[in-house]
Amino acid sequence: MNRFLLASATLWQRELVRFVRQPSRVVGALGPPVVFWFLIGSGLGGIGTGGGGGNYLQYFFPGTVTLIVLFTAIFSTISIIEDRHEGFLQSVLVAPVSRQSVVLGKIAGGTTLAFVQGMIFLCAAPLAGMSVHIAGFVFMAVILLVISFGLTGLGFLLAWRLDSTQGFHAIMNLFLMPMWFLSGALFPLSGAPRWLQWMMRVNPLTYGVSALQSSFYVQGHPLSAGAASPGVCLAVTFAFSAVMFVASVATARRPS
Amino acid sequence: MKQGNVIVVEGLTHTYPARRSQPAREALKGVNFSIQAGEIFGLLGPNGGGKTTLFHILATFFSPTGGRASVLGVDVTGQPEAVRQQLGVVFQAPSLDKKLTVWENLWHQGHLYGLHGGDLEGRIKKSLERVGLLDRAGDRVEVLSGGLRRRAELAKGLLHKPQVLLLDEPSTGLDPGARRDLWDYLGELKRQEGITALVTTHLMEEAEKCDRLALLHEGRLVALGTPSALKSQIGGDVISVETPEPTQLCELIKTKFGGTPTVVDGSIRIERERGHEFIPQLVSAFPGQIASVRLGKPTLEDVFIHHTGHRFWVSENGHS
Repeated sequence: MNRFLLASATLWQRELVRFVRQPSRVVGALGPPVVFWFLIGSGLGGIGTGGGGGNYLQYFFPGTVTLIVLFTAIFSTISIIEDRHEGFLQSVLVAPVSRQSVVLGKIAGGTTLAFVQGMIFLCAAPLAGMSVHIAGFVFMAVILLVISFGLTGLGFLLAWRLDSTQGFHAIMNLFLMPMWFLSGALFPLSGAPRWLQWMMRVNPLTYGVSALQSSFYVQGHPLSAGAASPGVCLAVTFAFSAVMFVASVATARRPS
Repeated sequence: MKQGNVIVVEGLTHTYPARRSQPAREALKGVNFSIQAGEIFGLLGPNGGGKTTLFHILATFFSPTGGRASVLGVDVTGQPEAVRQQLGVVFQAPSLDKKLTVWENLWHQGHLYGLHGGDLEGRIKKSLERVGLLDRAGDRVEVLSGGLRRRAELAKGLLHKPQVLLLDEPSTGLDPGARRDLWDYLGELKRQEGITALVTTHLMEEAEKCDRLALLHEGRLVALGTPSALKSQIGGDVISVETPEPTQLCELIKTKFGGTPTVVDGSIRIERERGHEFIPQLVSAFPGQIASVRLGKPTLEDVFIHHTGHRFWVSENGHS
């Protein structure tokens, strides 16, 4: 195996092993979104769902998958903040390994964790009364994988620039959570005020959530019309992930 | 064993940029020295003296703002990746992943240096054997004692058989026994593998064990040489005099006996040949003014005071 991939693969593997050995992280990433989904989804049962066929608990389901991915991405990148100044990452940075390789390994690790957890919840969709076509399922899996990569990349980018985990929590509440609120996860784009619609349209996460929403069916009808066509959703999500990766590499290359 | 200079540092300067409330800080102000093959070279100085900055530059962690540093003839700024392959780096902060076993830590480390498969397995076994950790290979790092962790750090740094080893305050948090083991091991590496090592330390007793020493103070190299050569720069003995009026008495001593007595930390310090003969003269020249007199052979701390005019530990508090 070439050195680039050997280094990435070993860092990827480390992320997975660490995750499995810290069961609290599984609970931390999977637990809150599921609880939010059930409580918020049940409480807001009467709200409109943008012309789709489902009830609010169903509408909120794809958004919850995205939240699981977001939480996992954050938890897997937050360790960078401590690791960069001391610890494991310090020894990685003086090893004869390119920064792309380090970034790829780290992001791939977080991506895998986020993707697997997202998929587990996704597979529970029939329990919420929703169905998926085979093609739709493959499409959702691809979208979920790319979102996982993009959000882990975003986490990497933020974590690398920050000095403290407290700073990361502030960013999370001020930036990452609103990004999720305005992704169509909680309420559809169509019913929102115009100024909010614009914010939602420039939010790359909107397209990932929309792709998931439009792939679910409730009693033969799509769950939601979606904010854009599947092709556009896929393209935007891919572009977002690519930009996050390039930006992460550029950030990791800068002298610290 | 290879001949010649392994590490060369020329006119090295480094300034940390200003940050929010902190002004820019000049950590290195033009440092020159070279380290020969097979040498254990100590970088001694109080915390904040520039040791860690110099260490990080040599480890290719960041680039200096001025000057040049090279390892085995390769520039650390120009070709960091070529330098990295030759370097074993042991940081002051633990770099082992605590959630992983000792073996797993070394396994990942090997991959980062391009080692894999059976070759890597053999090396891990050998390097753990050397530090006496083979029977703990399957234990997670979090259950190991501080001494064992240090040994695992060393095994990690030496896994790819580097020619040059950089150690930043390696005995931090070690008890005296573990500290002795560490230095025995370094000596063994030097004799058997001809490895060249740079060790930063703020401990005098550790500095004594180095082949050569560089004293770093406020970003400058204030002295360089073997520990015994450095100590012999000081004339004979060191006498310290406790008195209620140090400044005044210091002047009087200077007038009467010549030399360069100095006031350090509230006591008068005199470097003098045949100190035992000087003390009776001193005490009878100033009856009633001297509270106590102490005579000693120069230590590395005296060397530090000699070159900087103040004590090692006082200076640490002033700068950290």
